[in-house]
Amino acid sequence: MSISLPPKTESQPEKLQPTGWLRYLSFSLDHKVIGLQYLICGFVFYLIGGVLAGAIRIELTSPMSDFMARDVYNQVLTLHGTIMIFLWIVPVVNGAFGNYLIPFYVGARDMAFPRLNAVAFWLIPPAGLMLISSYFINGAAQSGWTAYPPLSITTPAPGQIVWIISVLLLGGSSIFGGINFIATILKLRRPGLKLMQLPMYCWAMLGTSILVVLSTPVLAGTLILLSFDIVAHTGFFNPTLGGNVIVYQHLFWFYSHPAVYIMVLPAFGLVSEILPVHSRKPLFGYVTMVYSIMAIVVLGLVVWAHHMFTSGTPPWMRLFFTIATSFIAVPTGIKFFNWVATLWGGRISINSAILFSCGFIVNFILGGITGVALAQVPFDVHVHDTYFVVAHFHYIVYGGSVFVIFSSIYHWYPKFTGKMLNENWGKLHFLMTFIGFNLCFAPQHWLGLNGMPRRVAEYDPQFTFVNQLSSMGALLMAISTLPFLWNVVYSFLKGEESGDNPWEGLTAEWLTTSPPPIENWIGDAPLVVEPYGYGKKEKPQIPSETAMKEDKK
Amino acid sequence: MLPLTAIYTIIISVGLIFGCIWASNNFNFLPVVASSNAPIYDELFKVLFVIGTILFIGMTALVIYSLIKFRKKPGQEGDGPPIEENLPLEILWTAVPAVVVLFVGLYSYDIYNRMGGMQLHSHNNDIHHTMSSQERIWGGIGEASTQVKDDSQVFPVVNVELSAMQFAFLFNYPKGNIISGELHVPVGHPVRMTMESTDVIHAFWVPEFRLKQDVIPGQPTILNFTPTKTGRYPIICAELCGPYHGGMRSTVVVEEQAEYDDWFQKNSKLSEVEA
Repeated sequence: MSISLPPKTESQPEKLQPTGWLRYLSFSLDHKVIGLQYLICGFVFYLIGGVLAGAIRIELTSPMSDFMARDVYNQVLTLHGTIMIFLWIVPVVNGAFGNYLIPFYVGARDMAFPRLNAVAFWLIPPAGLMLISSYFINGAAQSGWTAYPPLSITTPAPGQIVWIISVLLLGGSSIFGGINFIATILKLRRPGLKLMQLPMYCWAMLGTSILVVLSTPVLAGTLILLSFDIVAHTGFFNPTLGGNVIVYQHLFWFYSHPAVYIMVLPAFGLVSEILPVHSRKPLFGYVTMVYSIMAIVVLGLVVWAHHMFTSGTPPWMRLFFTIATSFIAVPTGIKFFNWVATLWGGRISINSAILFSCGFIVNFILGGITGVALAQVPFDVHVHDTYFVVAHFHYIVYGGSVFVIFSSIYHWYPKFTGKMLNENWGKLHFLMTFIGFNLCFAPQHWLGLNGMPRRVAEYDPQFTFVNQLSSMGALLMAISTLPFLWNVVYSFLKGEESGDNPWEGLTAEWLTTSPPPIENWIGDAPLVVEPYGYGKKEKPQIPSETAMKEDKK
Repeated sequence: MLPLTAIYTIIISVGLIFGCIWASNNFNFLPVVASSNAPIYDELFKVLFVIGTILFIGMTALVIYSLIKFRKKPGQEGDGPPIEENLPLEILWTAVPAVVVLFVGLYSYDIYNRMGGMQLHSHNNDIHHTMSSQERIWGGIGEASTQVKDDSQVFPVVNVELSAMQFAFLFNYPKGNIISGELHVPVGHPVRMTMESTDVIHAFWVPEFRLKQDVIPGQPTILNFTPTKTGRYPIICAELCGPYHGGMRSTVVVEEQAEYDDWFQKNSKLSEVEA
């Protein structure tokens, strides 16, 4: 079935939407504008979350709680986690790149539901501002991004309620986005384009969106019950009223473990787009890549209780979740081997995009290995809730997702702006980020193994030196943002013109102007049946006339 | 004859494996061993460390090697070879991680079993008649039961009740009606600690015991352990419990039987009690 024949437009309907820079502040329906809105908005929140991380690392340079008040410290770590997850990584790897790229990849002129798309974006700035402003009004939430009751019920209610409302809005935005991506990928494909010809990022976004739509409503329901406990003194999770705190943890992690895949699966997709272009080789093992994404989606839904091995869980549950969690390593491993095989034998241009992608591979492998270790119950009961876990998940979400976000910005910046980013500044940025990141988080494995719990403002003085080392890494990470910001701003104003397709990419976003016109292509959308046809004699795009005929057969 | 690259690969791989095993035996990443399950834990750690390090260094080396070896040289034109798949290779790198993961899973099950994790917290234990009413009580790893050593020395179970609150641990010894802020245990005796929180979730963690268990309001949990080395070790709260979470610490004092008896007699409110 084909419902998506793009209409031939004689003239561009430019006047329906604001034009110029103002459209980035408007309720624009253009998926490219919305994508960049997500990206820039997410980056602003990343800087705020980074300042909070800096405050945490300053506090931890000394073993005493001496930089900020103890309750403020808990507010800061709660805000840091919530902002980085819900306002930076999830919106950027899904919303920003998804909105920008998916319509190109399926050969559509926009997302399936452009208004829903704009609503999804415009839920984010108010939710984020509300969350941050709660700090200045009544104090922000203090119970961590996990908001475990009874702590979240007994800490000051105003901050916690604002936190719940913000996360509900952000979750709503995420669900709207997920529905939109599923509809776009399945129903808006250009005639003649088959599912197994889609670029890998489409598959990653399809998998991610399934997770979003299945699991985010559970979080929303849980948080609404939690807010009833706080405001109306109901007893769902309040043990003094007969509630059960473990039930909250099950419900919370039923969303929040898949949330990890919501943060990394799109990153896997983006890397799968970037590596073939810069190593001039087809993506290795397309079919296994697709199946491993879907395997991760299915397994990702049944591993949540590995966050609860110390919560008082029966032995059978521990065993089941250990085995399920360990087996996620298999499809994940397949993807990493495929990426290395993609690099192998290629003609690799060593640029910032590929460096950040390879940095991602290295960091994520370490995070994945510590993840398999953490899945083993006897290992986990020692290091659960320690800095070992802090190190592990920062290797996943920073070393993984954030490295990929930077890689993607270097890769698609020419498409966004028509200008090239400066490579020297980019390589400096990579070097500082990679060294700073590893200096910051690698020592934390040792801290956790030796007795430093997470979320503390004070610690045993024997850990002072290693904490200072970690804080120095954090400082280097903070400074590494400067060459990046300078590069982005300077290149936008005075950068070298990139032309339409500076990387000679074969996917559809490169087969139009940079930046692209409002409806993506003047004339018909190209049909890309081999998005990774590098090194092949025949260039694989088929003229749309031929494709239409094939579709009618 | 094997090609030269294959020989190099084999030499490097063998070197890597032995290097990792050597490193795991010569570097100490963990605190002192002070409970009966800590040495078993350290064994698991070593195995995971060796497997993990081999995988990490191997994959990192492959990435760096590819970046150097297959970088685009000046003047090089065109694309790489259009290799899209290789079924035997893909089967290999699906099978190898699956086998490794299966091995790790079975091995950690064995470790868990050796720590006593598969024994159900039994209800037939005479000391624990109160427990039979609470059928769902989980936590820690393993069961505590009276130990008889080779020289027919008997180590009966020490029962302790832990009550956690913001921001302190209180240890109650029902036998001597002692309430203490520090945990005193005789070395070699199995300890059965039932735990409950009076306010929010806390966690009882002793890094030297390699054990942690959440202390939960409204849901009693249990932690059994056998200290094996005298000394003073920190008890750390590992679950965010409020502003003073970082300061919620106590000490476990593992001491010889005689010292423990001394302490017990001095603090016992029931004068006639035998330790």
